[in-house]
Formats: sequence, structure tokens, C-alpha cells
Amino acid sequence: MIRDVEVMVIGGGPAGLCAAQAAASAGTHVLLCERDYVPGGQLVKQTHKFFGSERQYAGDRGIFIGKKLVQEVMEDPNIEVLTEATVLGMYEDGIVTVLKDEKHLKFRPKKTIVATGAAEKFLTFPNNDLPGIYGAGAVQTLMNVAGVKPAERVVMVGAGNIGLIVSYQLLQAGVNVVSLVEAAPKIGGFLVHAAKLRRAGVPIRTGYTVKEAYGNGKLEGVVICQLDEKWQQIPGTEEDIPCDTLCLAVGLTPLSELCWQAGCHMEFIRELSGHVPITDENLMTSVDGLYAAGDVSGIEEASSAMVEGRLAGYAVAVSLGYDVEKSQAEADAARAELKELRSGPMGGKIRAGLEKVAQKRGDAV
Amino acid sequence: MIIQDGIPTKEDLAAVMPSAERLAKGPVAITECFQNIACNPCTKACVKHAISMEPDMNATPKVDTDVCNGCGACIARCPGLAIFVVDMTYSEKTALVKIPFEFIPVPEEGKLVCGLNRAGEEQGWFRVVKVVSGGKKNMTYVISLEVPKELAMEVRNIRVGGYRNG
Repeated sequence: MIRDVEVMVIGGGPAGLCAAQAAASAGTHVLLCERDYVPGGQLVKQTHKFFGSERQYAGDRGIFIGKKLVQEVMEDPNIEVLTEATVLGMYEDGIVTVLKDEKHLKFRPKKTIVATGAAEKFLTFPNNDLPGIYGAGAVQTLMNVAGVKPAERVVMVGAGNIGLIVSYQLLQAGVNVVSLVEAAPKIGGFLVHAAKLRRAGVPIRTGYTVKEAYGNGKLEGVVICQLDEKWQQIPGTEEDIPCDTLCLAVGLTPLSELCWQAGCHMEFIRELSGHVPITDENLMTSVDGLYAAGDVSGIEEASSAMVEGRLAGYAVAVSLGYDVEKSQAEADAARAELKELRSGPMGGKIRAGLEKVAQKRGDAV
Repeated sequence: MIIQDGIPTKEDLAAVMPSAERLAKGPVAITECFQNIACNPCTKACVKHAISMEPDMNATPKVDTDVCNGCGACIARCPGLAIFVVDMTYSEKTALVKIPFEFIPVPEEGKLVCGLNRAGEEQGWFRVVKVVSGGKKNMTYVISLEVPKELAMEVRNIRVGGYRNG
């Protein structure tokens, strides 16, 4: 049996929750599919305070923003939430298939918003398969969701916001973060995060990488070394750091497989950290009625993901003819917010990426 | 350089430091925020509107030190934990430094704690004068420490645990 739905949102993270909320507030009926047992996405483990402005809940901790959004979405009579529901495929006839309770469900949405987020990248070095080597996200889940102290002595790789924030949260959990290494010559994340880590005594080593890991059956230490300006390892700069855990926070890449499968115009855009669907000013992809919001269309902060979700949700409401004037105004407001969030020096990369998206879109027309 | 090791330089700090005349008048906020990021809760935290950002939230905060009375309401509101209050008039030889704190155990008032500088290096043992909770939602504590005046611009953190009786 194929069930007709008005708006389908795939993914219950910050972008998906805000998209569902926006579309439903205009009067549409939304079905939100979340593959985890609880919606919230990465917000459920983000114990730090968010940046941005009031409109993006700045100053509130991610966990509380997540709780608030999830509660509002769950209580919204216009939103139906399916948890432990994995979207398997999107077909050319518009059918979306979902695995739920070992059943293969079929839906025919009028509009679909893909908000599937991102996955962590990995790093290549000898013995990188030793137990004790994790993505930073996994360690953050163990600590902040499961309440498990994940390690005793950690080396963190990556001084982007994830590496800096997870290092700080490890310290809060009573874990010794012995070193933070970053291959780039500069700290990529917010300097306020770096400063609070540094004054807690964690050395931040820019221009360093992991040469190799070692251990008998499990991680016992890593050898780091310095990189030259061409990112080549400098012999003789090796340092041995004993540790039981190595955390990799070396970037995210969009989880855009569903967009590929749906036949969206996809491009590799370095500044957006991978293959992304080419979207328009309403975040609609090249496939009519299919939208993409949040990290799936380019890696950025959760604050932007929430606003993108809101933009896509209201754009969908407009296209379906719900509360058009107000929804249009809300979509315009979301666009203005995104512009402001991205207007500073830290937004340079995303601006460059979005410029390429606009160019590719123009080329295709 | 802060962009390489996370430690602000003397030049970075000079740009946000209140004047000696202002410091001599009493408590004042210092925003150790050196990067243009999209963030503005500090401007909303101050009831006296002493913190501003121009032209928009991507600017770094500016404290109007004539308006700021060093109440410290902004400290726990800064998502980057980058705001401190220093009172050079606390006593003849000591200053009061208010720092944000997000670890357990939280030190008790009257205990001695090991103060750290911006590089995480130990600066000595100092008395905790006051501990203020940011509440259930904010969860950031503000700890007031009594430090020798010459360390007032150095001490910016405390070592977690091992607190001593004073």
C-alpha cells in the first residue's frame, strides 16, 4: 500500500526539526522520518552553548535546544514522527521507501525535504584500525548520551569546532586530554573554544599530524610529527604520546546519498565538504518538489542548519499554497538570517561554496 | 599567536584592556573575544547596554567602560566563556577576578584553589570569595577569586579539584 503524504521530512536533526515545524505552522501535514530511536540529531549530545543570535537560540545549550524542538514537534498535531524509520530509497515516480519495524513502507509525498546531515571523515595512517581510535562524534555520544567515561588519556586530532568542543567536554567528563594536534598551520574552530581549552592546560599543536598509532591489540600510543608548508612530514620531529584513545575530528562530509538516488544535480564542492545537491534560493534541488536543508547541502554550524530547515519548510508551505503571504515573509526572514550568519570572516568558506552552487545552477539552466 | 596555540598575545589583550584610570575606579568587564564570529548574547546580557557590536553580530564586542559597573551578568551568558570581570579596588594588595567555570566539583566559598593563566600554567593558590550558579538552564558558574593585584590580568582559570582549606 502506498500512503500519500503532504510533506515528508527526512532526518530529525536541527534542520529537519525546524523544517517540519515551519511547514506545519503554515498548515501543512508533515511526516518526519528519523532513523534513530529519538529525534534531535547531534543536538542530543551538544552540551555547549550555541553561538549566533536569539533567533538561533544563542546562549542556550544544544541539548536544551534539541529538547525544546523535539517536544514542540512531538506535540504539533500537524506533524507525525516516525522514529527508528530509515529512509531506504527515493524513486523517479516520487515514491519514498522506509524501513520501520521490519516493514517496508511506501510513501508518496507531494514535497520532500532531505535533512540527512553529515558523516565524519576518517584519516589514513598506519594502525588506524586499532581499538581505541574513534571519530570524535562517537566519543561525544558515549559521554554525553550514554553517560560512559570513554577514555583516560586522549589525543585529539583536529582543531575545528568539533575537535575543540569535544576536547573540552572530555575534560568536563574527567578525561585527560594530553594533546590536540591539527595539521593546518592555524586553528580552524572558534578561538574562544581554543582559548578555554588552552587555559585548562591542553596543548594545541598546529602543523602536526598523526604519523602512526601503535599498540598490542588496542591503542597504547600515537606518534605525531610536524608538517612542512607543503603538508609533508618532517623527519626527526616525531614525538611519542602514550594514550588509550585517539579521537578524530577531521571534518564532516554531507550524507547526500538519497539526493544522488533521487537524481538531483550533484556537484563536488570543496568548500561545502563533499558532493552536494545544487539547490536554489528556496533550497529546492534540481528535482521538482525535493528540497535539501542543513549539512546535507554543505557542512556548516547547527545554527545555520536550523535556519535552513526553517527556510525550506516555509518555502514548501508557499509552494503548496499554505498561508502564502506569511510563509513567504518567514522564508525571506530566514534568508536574511542566513546572510547575516554567513557574512563574517568565518563565513568565507561557506560563501565561496554557495557561490559555486549558484554558478553550477546557472550552468545547468 | 592565539590562532596557532589558543593563547592571546599581549597585543590581543591590549586591544580589549580597560584604561588604568578605569581599572582604578572599580570592577569592569573585559571581553577576551578576538575573532569576528556570528554571536551576540553578551549584548543582550547587559541590562545597562554597556556591550555593543557594530555594525552587526559578526563584530567583536565593545564594552563602554563608563557604563559597565562590573556586575558580571555577561560572564555566564557568553557562549565562548570569554568574558571576565576584574576589580582592582578589592583591597590594597589584592584584586577580585571573576571567571566562568563549567566543571565539577565546583569549589566552595572560602576554599583555596589553584589559579591558572591563559596557557594553563599554575599561578598560585587563591581564595574563592564567591560562587554564583548560572541556574538550571545556563549551568555556568561564576567564581570570584581574590588574587594579588599583579596577577589580576594573568589568572583566568582554576585547576579542577584538589581544593584546599584556606
